[in-house]
Amino acid sequence: MRVTITVNGTEYTRDVEPRLLLVHFLRDELGLTGTHWGCDTSNCGVCVVWLDGTPVKSCTVLTPMADGREIRTVEGLETAEGLDPVQQGFMECHGLQCGFCTPGMMLTARWLLDREPDPDEQTIREAISGQACRCTGYENIVRSVRWAARQQAAQAAQAAESEVTV
Amino acid sequence: MRGMQVPSHVEYARATSIGHALSLLTSPEARPLAGGHSLIPMMKLRLAQPELVVDITGLRELAYITLGKGAEGGDELRIGALTTHAALLGDDLVDEMFPILTDAERVIADPIVRNWGTVGGSLCQADPSEDLSAAFSAARATAVIATASGSRTVPVRDFHLGPYQTVIEPGELLTEIRVPVRDGTGSAYEKVERRAGDWSIAAVGAVLTIEDNAVMTAGIGLTAVGAPHFAATEAEDHLTGRPATAESFAAAAELAAAHCRPVADQRGPEDYKRALVVELAQRALARAAARAGGER
Repeated sequence: MRVTITVNGTEYTRDVEPRLLLVHFLRDELGLTGTHWGCDTSNCGVCVVWLDGTPVKSCTVLTPMADGREIRTVEGLETAEGLDPVQQGFMECHGLQCGFCTPGMMLTARWLLDREPDPDEQTIREAISGQACRCTGYENIVRSVRWAARQQAAQAAQAAESEVTV
Repeated sequence: MRGMQVPSHVEYARATSIGHALSLLTSPEARPLAGGHSLIPMMKLRLAQPELVVDITGLRELAYITLGKGAEGGDELRIGALTTHAALLGDDLVDEMFPILTDAERVIADPIVRNWGTVGGSLCQADPSEDLSAAFSAARATAVIATASGSRTVPVRDFHLGPYQTVIEPGELLTEIRVPVRDGTGSAYEKVERRAGDWSIAAVGAVLTIEDNAVMTAGIGLTAVGAPHFAATEAEDHLTGRPATAESFAAAAELAAAHCRPVADQRGPEDYKRALVVELAQRALARAAARAGGER
């Protein structure tokens, strides 16, 4: 069947089998291999993307379910202004080692910070509790998200200040 | 190279109204698809091989939580079948009236899965380890099922025919869960799992209505331990009319454990699961009683 799906702001139309899982549509049909494919049982969370603004494990979505809807993947985190603060945080705080869980972790972190700009450690741990990392012991991921929260708060304060000055 | 777990060939249709969904679902080989977090894993394992999936996620009229009047004049909490776990967990009215549902939702899967999995989907999956089935059984909820000629209601305790089987016929769709509201009611859900987000090893839900420190009505739901209709009826009968004390709760907990039928599996042996039921039932009953008295 024919589907039209907007991914990171670009509309794609493809003919797919209805049984094609969204994670494979993104990786194999669109070549967006930033979304990883892990346990295939909706446990590990490396395949997390946003579907209409809400994180979902894309191994548990049939591609036609996303027809006419919007997807955001890790490739869509960076903007014209540069890396997302979450991406910067993972770099600054060594939030990744092998990097396999990182795309899903960052998309969940971005979603969390959009809803809760100053989350405490417990809130961050709860938010990522459906996603497995086998390298960092989660410590550095939590630090990375905290770093991103501080960074965007500082950026917002700076922006507010420059507005006043102007 | 493609995935190890791929659903077999399936057709896809998107329902534009409840009536449209019902007409698409008339074939016994058609299945409604909401969040997909039960059905798609089952399709990958080839435990489900529908010929047609009917995507009902667009039927937003089935995603709501409201208060209504029941058939007997009392209030009832009405939960649309497409309500997500996240929406149920985040609802203040639900938390105030039936904290058993909030307790259960906190330990169902994980936040990402809860974003998409639905209340109706969980009930219709009819997994013996599914938490909401026991919670709604404890609350003596009623399922509302849309049919070609209108709708019918079925007590949740009659909804499940057995593992992965419900009373829903081809051409029908679960649309709503109704939970009767009674004054002086407290409720709680207690679960033990191996790790965050896992299925229960065992879990117990309790809904108690208490008057002058006596138990007027008792609902006790059991998860993952082979209780018929997810209910501990012997324990409920024992408790009704008795004082709401630790002694009564201990006796009821022993009855619940004695009458359920857990099976040994990778989550533990039978005697361990019965021991869990004894402990979790006492905790859930004590917490439900405290909440009936106004504690949170």
